Amino acid sequence: MESLEQIKLWIEGAVPDARIEIVANPGPAAQHSLLVGLDQAVPVARFLLEDSRLRLDYASNVTGVDWPETMLKEKRKVKQTIDGVEREIEETSEHVRPGYLEVVYHLYSMALKQGPVILRLRTRDRTASARVPSLTPVWRGAEFQEREVFDLFGVLFDGHPDLRRILMWDGFRDFPMRKDYTPTPEVEPVPAPIP
Amino acid sequence: MDERLRTELSRQGVFVTTLGELYNWGRKNSIWPLGFGLACCAIEMIAASMARWDLARFGAEVFRPSPRQADLMIVAGTVTKKMAPQVVRLYNQMPEPKYVIAMGACAISGGPFRDGYNVLQGIDRYLPVDVHIPGCPPRPEALLHGFMTLQKLIEEQELTGARRPRHLADGPPSEFPIPEHGEHGLVPSHNPELWPPAKSSA
Amino acid sequence: MSLQPFQVIPRLGSEGEPLDGEQLEISMGPQHPSTHGVFRMDLVLDGERVIRLKPVFGYLHRNHEKIGENMTYLGSMPYTDRLDYFCSLTNNWAYALAVEKLAGIQVPERAEYLRVITAELTRLQNHLSLAGFLLQDMGASGTPLMYAFRQREKILDLFESLTGARMMCNYMRFGGCRCDVPDGWLDQARLVVEEFPRFLDEFQALLDENEILMSRTQGVGVLSSALAVNAGVTGPMLRASGVNYDLRKVDHYGIYDRFSFQVPLGDHGDVYDRYMVRVLEMRESLKILESALRTLPPGPVLDPKTKLRGFRPKPGEAYGRIEAPKGELGFYLISDGSPNPYRYRVRPPSFINLTILEDLCLGHQVADVVVILGSVDIVLGEVDR
Repeated sequence: MESLEQIKLWIEGAVPDARIEIVANPGPAAQHSLLVGLDQAVPVARFLLEDSRLRLDYASNVTGVDWPETMLKEKRKVKQTIDGVEREIEETSEHVRPGYLEVVYHLYSMALKQGPVILRLRTRDRTASARVPSLTPVWRGAEFQEREVFDLFGVLFDGHPDLRRILMWDGFRDFPMRKDYTPTPEVEPVPAPIP
Repeated sequence: MDERLRTELSRQGVFVTTLGELYNWGRKNSIWPLGFGLACCAIEMIAASMARWDLARFGAEVFRPSPRQADLMIVAGTVTKKMAPQVVRLYNQMPEPKYVIAMGACAISGGPFRDGYNVLQGIDRYLPVDVHIPGCPPRPEALLHGFMTLQKLIEEQELTGARRPRHLADGPPSEFPIPEHGEHGLVPSHNPELWPPAKSSA
Repeated sequence: MSLQPFQVIPRLGSEGEPLDGEQLEISMGPQHPSTHGVFRMDLVLDGERVIRLKPVFGYLHRNHEKIGENMTYLGSMPYTDRLDYFCSLTNNWAYALAVEKLAGIQVPERAEYLRVITAELTRLQNHLSLAGFLLQDMGASGTPLMYAFRQREKILDLFESLTGARMMCNYMRFGGCRCDVPDGWLDQARLVVEEFPRFLDEFQALLDENEILMSRTQGVGVLSSALAVNAGVTGPMLRASGVNYDLRKVDHYGIYDRFSFQVPLGDHGDVYDRYMVRVLEMRESLKILESALRTLPPGPVLDPKTKLRGFRPKPGEAYGRIEAPKGELGFYLISDGSPNPYRYRVRPPSFINLTILEDLCLGHQVADVVVILGSVDIVLGEVDR
């Protein structure tokens, strides 16, 4: 299985407008992923399916992840001159990372028995119009899983053949797996007083 | 009737009973459950009806697929909010006399999945439950014990008087309102006549 | 509105579309004797032939993933038992594998052997239950199911003496298994494994060449290999369509490389092939079991350095998968350094195998739908989580 950098070069060669970034995965698992820009996601997917060196014909897992808006703190060492002496000082800077919803695809190849190649598609925001192109026309196995991501996270998939709720009932209004979902409080029984 | 007199008479071949006893004896030994398993407890229910712990010897010979022919609904497994209206609807379709056994922690009070946006915390929010069987999942022996407890309950029901069963009394309802799927949960969230259970009269 | 004689009243469907008077729309389920749990299918029929089939589920959605986010890593282990409630031990293994990948934990050898033994016993009792339920759906009301469950009880007795529970075993830990086998367990397991082939011979003699089984299942619900691969179908259903993809051979997880076993493949992809693939897999599992029980090495079952309480893996993510009896069961975990996972996702094989249910059933009769659904081998705890 080729490295991700090599795959990235192949994709950029075949689909010129594609914006691909490698997202490193810290930790021992070392399963790095490719962040794919939304406009060319379907041609990229088709290339991954049809290329004879990759033949990624099996979409194993389609997941949604919710990343709400967070304050990220970064510490940097900066050289500063104080009283004529150059010193290294740690500076913390804060910036707001905007919130987005993410759809992660784990792809394997049944023909060549290799994998995984992990794709990530990020929406622009977490509002009601968070859209992402659907990869169901490329891999049929993504059909129900994308419906589930829509049901639980609220991501709209353009090009999905049948986008409606799959696990909750049709009249349900919220998106339960989002981090800011608060369920309606249940009526709890009041214990009987001890006589 | 004096028990010694009854035994003496039965030794002579004279069998004395009351109409109530006979009626209840027939009822309790032929309870037909509705084939209604929701989740993991259903597998233990099936195992209880298999050759090792035979439920058929207690009279539950056949699990009826249709609620119109069943006496007992064993709610085995988690009741979710999506499924709750169908459970109540099935209960309403059963003819009197009918009984409900809540099998497993999930049917009693939500179980390990209690903190869920889709889990109904116990079927007794909408239906009157006769026997609760705790466990996760309860062993088939526990289901047999629950079944025998139900049989004892039926046996002790008098035919007349204040404690008579529901199908012989005119007042109490045998159909309960079906909840609807609202926008954020079930509407209403519970049946106020059934739940919370009345303060203990002891 | 008063009716005129011979007035045709246009019938409208639920969305206002005009209904064809010749077609029948039926909702099969969620309470139905043969839907293997609370599963509903909206069928549109022309007489007895299926024109459209839409599966509806979510009736057992117990928000397992949301609970996983609010629970520690170890606290989610009992919840994995309840996913595919027939095969709790393989669920445990898949979750333990994913966490071990996430945190880079090694597993001692005796624990690997015990994992293989319990996983193959689970596979045996799952395929037995499937054979029993499939035959039950076909109308053999009770007898094959009774035989299958009789044998299954012997395996459940083994599980109970090992883990303490018949079904919800909760046996694996991150870095091994919870406890070692009690005295006499290995001999008992060897007895069960030794007399299993005789039971399988009896079972197969009763069923394999059975005329009713063959005429009801051959040529029914044919799944082509191209569609199976594209639809993400895994497990015995994929192998019955002729695709050789068994994770025990592809991913080389655990110590499966030390055992020699074959992967049965089907030629036609119909219901009969799926049934036969599962029966043959049972025979292969017996080979693995017999070899593993013989060569089980001594040693610890849990790495003494593993930290169970206060377990905080480093930030990162991992996807770990195993060949569960129903297909590929995977767990995707994102950790942010805290004791709870940031995202906990189960990749359920039955859910994804249902994608092509409509394709398999089109043109068949309603009775065939029941048989096809039985051969897909769904369990609602996994489909809905």
